[in-house]
Amino acid sequence: MKFSYFPGCTLKNKAKILDVYARKCAEKLGVTLEETENWQCCGGVFTTAKDEVATKLSSVRILKDALKKEQDLVTVCSACHNVVKQTNYAMQNDKEFASKVNRYMSEGEYNGETRIYHYLELLRDIIGYEKIKECVVNPLKDKKIAAYYGCLLLRPNSVMRMDDPENPSIIENLISALGATPVVYGYRNECCGGYVRLDDATLAEKKSANVINSAKKAGAEVIVTACPLCKYNLEKADCDIPVVYLTELLAEALGVKEDTNE
Amino acid sequence: MQRIGVFVCWCGTNIAGTVDVVAVAEALRNEPGVVFSDNYQYMCSQAGQDLIKNAIKEHKLTGIVVCSCSPRMHEATFRKTAAAAGLNPYMVEIANIREQCSWVHKDIPTGTEKAIILGKAAVAKVNLNTPLTPGESPVTKRALVIGGGIAGIQTALDIADAGFEVDIVEKKPTIGGKMAQLDKTFPTLDCAACILTPKMVDVAQNEKIRIFSYSEVTEVSGFVGNFDVKIKKKARYVKEELCTGCGACTEKCPMKKVPNDFNLNMDTKRAIYIPFAQAVPKVATIDPDYCNMLKNGKCGVCSKVCTAGAIDYTQKDEIIEEKYGAIVVATGFNPISMDKFDEFAYNQSKDVITSLEFERLTNAAGPTAGKLLRPSDHKHPEKIVFVQCVGSRCDACNEKGKEYCSKICCMYTAKHAMLTRDKYPDTEVYVFYIDVRTPGKNFDEFYRRAVEEYGVHYIKGMVGKVVPEGDKLIVQASDLIANKQIKIDADLVVLAAAIEPDKSARPLATMLTASMDTNDFFTEAHPKLRPVESPTAGVFLSGACQGPKDIPETVSQAGAAASKVIGLLAKDKLTGNPCVAQSNEMMCNGCSSCERVCPYGAITYEDKEFRMPDRSTLMRRIAVVNPAVCQGCGCCTVVCPSGAMDLKGFASEQIIAEVDAICK
Amino acid sequence: MSNSKKYLQEEIIRISGVNPKKCMRCGKCTATCPSFDEMEYHPHQFVYMVESGDIEPLLESESLYKCLTCFACVERCPRSVEPAKLVEAVRLAAIRKQGNNRLTANDIPELVDDDTPQQLIVSAFRKYTK
Repeated sequence: MKFSYFPGCTLKNKAKILDVYARKCAEKLGVTLEETENWQCCGGVFTTAKDEVATKLSSVRILKDALKKEQDLVTVCSACHNVVKQTNYAMQNDKEFASKVNRYMSEGEYNGETRIYHYLELLRDIIGYEKIKECVVNPLKDKKIAAYYGCLLLRPNSVMRMDDPENPSIIENLISALGATPVVYGYRNECCGGYVRLDDATLAEKKSANVINSAKKAGAEVIVTACPLCKYNLEKADCDIPVVYLTELLAEALGVKEDTNE
Repeated sequence: MQRIGVFVCWCGTNIAGTVDVVAVAEALRNEPGVVFSDNYQYMCSQAGQDLIKNAIKEHKLTGIVVCSCSPRMHEATFRKTAAAAGLNPYMVEIANIREQCSWVHKDIPTGTEKAIILGKAAVAKVNLNTPLTPGESPVTKRALVIGGGIAGIQTALDIADAGFEVDIVEKKPTIGGKMAQLDKTFPTLDCAACILTPKMVDVAQNEKIRIFSYSEVTEVSGFVGNFDVKIKKKARYVKEELCTGCGACTEKCPMKKVPNDFNLNMDTKRAIYIPFAQAVPKVATIDPDYCNMLKNGKCGVCSKVCTAGAIDYTQKDEIIEEKYGAIVVATGFNPISMDKFDEFAYNQSKDVITSLEFERLTNAAGPTAGKLLRPSDHKHPEKIVFVQCVGSRCDACNEKGKEYCSKICCMYTAKHAMLTRDKYPDTEVYVFYIDVRTPGKNFDEFYRRAVEEYGVHYIKGMVGKVVPEGDKLIVQASDLIANKQIKIDADLVVLAAAIEPDKSARPLATMLTASMDTNDFFTEAHPKLRPVESPTAGVFLSGACQGPKDIPETVSQAGAAASKVIGLLAKDKLTGNPCVAQSNEMMCNGCSSCERVCPYGAITYEDKEFRMPDRSTLMRRIAVVNPAVCQGCGCCTVVCPSGAMDLKGFASEQIIAEVDAICK
Repeated sequence: MSNSKKYLQEEIIRISGVNPKKCMRCGKCTATCPSFDEMEYHPHQFVYMVESGDIEPLLESESLYKCLTCFACVERCPRSVEPAKLVEAVRLAAIRKQGNNRLTANDIPELVDDDTPQQLIVSAFRKYTK
């Protein structure tokens, strides 16, 4: 099974392990991720303004490239996923926006035909948690792991359609499949402070601290996330429990964690 | 050739102010077929009607056109006038020169011109009118009430009181509905059971009323006065006629882990059960999903302890066929699922409950014997937060909720808050509201008492999120008056869930060919003037199946529906509307297009023998309209590809003649 | 309402695609907003002030830069008003004016450390700079 794969800027840089393990685990589970050629950064956040066109073109190019290859597109970073998926939704539903975008594009129209999977959806819907369970060689026994969704994976649900936006289970079920114990807590779908970190670090730290405290009160020993910015913000808020990427956990359980360049 | 009389009404200055009525009468005098034309100040007055009657007799009129107000207003009046003078009432046409003319135009020349055109169209139509006679059909003097809640109970009692037989079909093992689950009722705080159960007993003892409990309507055919209905009596594995309701079986049944739906699954019941002590009929029912005897043949305890010998593990569903003259829908409501509102953590904490669950928690016959204990740890809650409008008043684009106001929540929440403070003065009670809507007798006074006498904290604003943390629920909300975001560490959160029609309503509407709105509430024939009748003749609406209602409103509507049923059943014969569809069998090719669009199920097909020119015969399939069921909507005439279907009184050629007259 | 106010209001409504008239003033957006404490004008006030054409105070307010675009208000609004999109439109109206960039490249060196993900810098530029 082959998918187009858009890693995004941070996964080529500060979050290499999120990318490396994503590929390794996918291979192990029988899925090949083919990186989109000449991709550009998605911009990190989706601008909701209807008159913003240029800022969304890089996402459309990635989507269009997958369509050309007749592949579905896989993303890992929560932010990339949110931006690409919201852009695709706008291409499907906002005719005026789509026609403006298409005027910038060479060869052929694009109207949101490409299907996008977040890496978690790839695991749940394409590979299946049962199969993952079978492939686990190092079950993460006795580990209490808190899934941190943040805002980008789940909202707006009318576009993202990943899970129940208020009571999600996609990461918890993965944690269970890997042999660990998921910890459910109230702030798992609240924001870490996001980009406001650069403008008001105190605000971001407060938001992240809320998440950490909520997870810890519920008994978490580890927090798992799919977003480099979430990880950064949580760690900057004096988090005294480890914050790891979900692909790291997966790699550990599948036994492919050794010999990386990190 | 018709001899037509034209009567132009002034309606005081209502018409005459903008329309030159004399000019209209003069202009129409020259139309083909018109032999008489006059105008008068108030045509609907006794003098005006006499003018019409005299003209009909004197000029031997065969048809009349009255240029006046909307036919909705006085068509019936003028038809009666014509009939009194010996003219067929369907030879009367109204040209609406008030609502469609004088009231919408400002200057006399325009108004007059349009009035003349409308008059000409009416004359053109009358030229093609033929006398029509309504048909008659007999009436089966028995009513069916579907749903045995307070709406169905009241309707049945009122119909029976007038001397007619009534059957109630209730899908649950007992009648009583939602009201049986309630604790107290606003605004008088009388106990729901104390006022409901005597009515349930009245139903059981009334010899005119039969109860089909644990039963469902599966098929309806026929038409007003003559419905044929199939009722499925589900197997309850207990012989109703033998069971004494002693309850020995429900005590001895070893299967104790059956979710108790009567208590909204907050406790358990046995596999053989009687929903509650005052159930009617007080007969046990076996839940086949849990009974070991039915599942794998091992047990049989209930059969052993039953001294009446009522247990019958071999019982099968039974179909009963019955005829009815009228059908009343009383299928009621349910709270919506809270699954899509988990920002309030309903699925994450046992201590987030709906208001109906709160009713059971405070009910003496409920899972906590009336003590207010929270479900998770059975501790007494010291801080309770009530959230109003959960899933009500949502935008149409919102995928989760309903667009309408559920109407009952403001009052029952005030009741819950007040009763809590009355019984447990140490408990702090908060109510988050968007608006408090209390339009009802003694309603606002009741709500004010909750605030002023009982010290309930009403906060204008909505709850944004509920976070279960330890044994507390952190309620994050806005206080709009203070422009603050507040957090309350509550012990119990109660959600006023929107209500929606029962799921059985949609398939039932299809069976009855009764119309529904987009929310699956049954549509009334007229929102103001015919609120308890469905547009489908012989089908009546009672209670919350028509829209959200509290108990007093439900009971009044139930009585109103009963009076409509009594009015129908009191007749020996029904006079139909003669303006019904009719198929020209020579042109019909039996394609079924009309049958598919007919909203009332009035069209059937039959094979008919036609004699051909060479004297051979040919069998052909043709459409037949049942005039008693047809409501004259005309859908069939539009879809008929061969033009065989036509509407009496509104035939295609009549409509075209009108259009021609207007366009000339 | 003056013409200039009206023009600005139309502009904000056009850019955001939000119809503030749908609001029923329940305040759920404000109830759920994680940046409430840092905001001078809260989400429900944004909606109300855009609806009544009182947008200038918003353009001047620090609140514009405190919104996390976390979409909690969008997700939970029962009337599908989408307050976050209004905040975004007003912020754009503010930073699109010459010299109004909130963040410049010169600010970056002292704001970042060895761990700062690229994502943070690009997102902040998207939000604060034109």
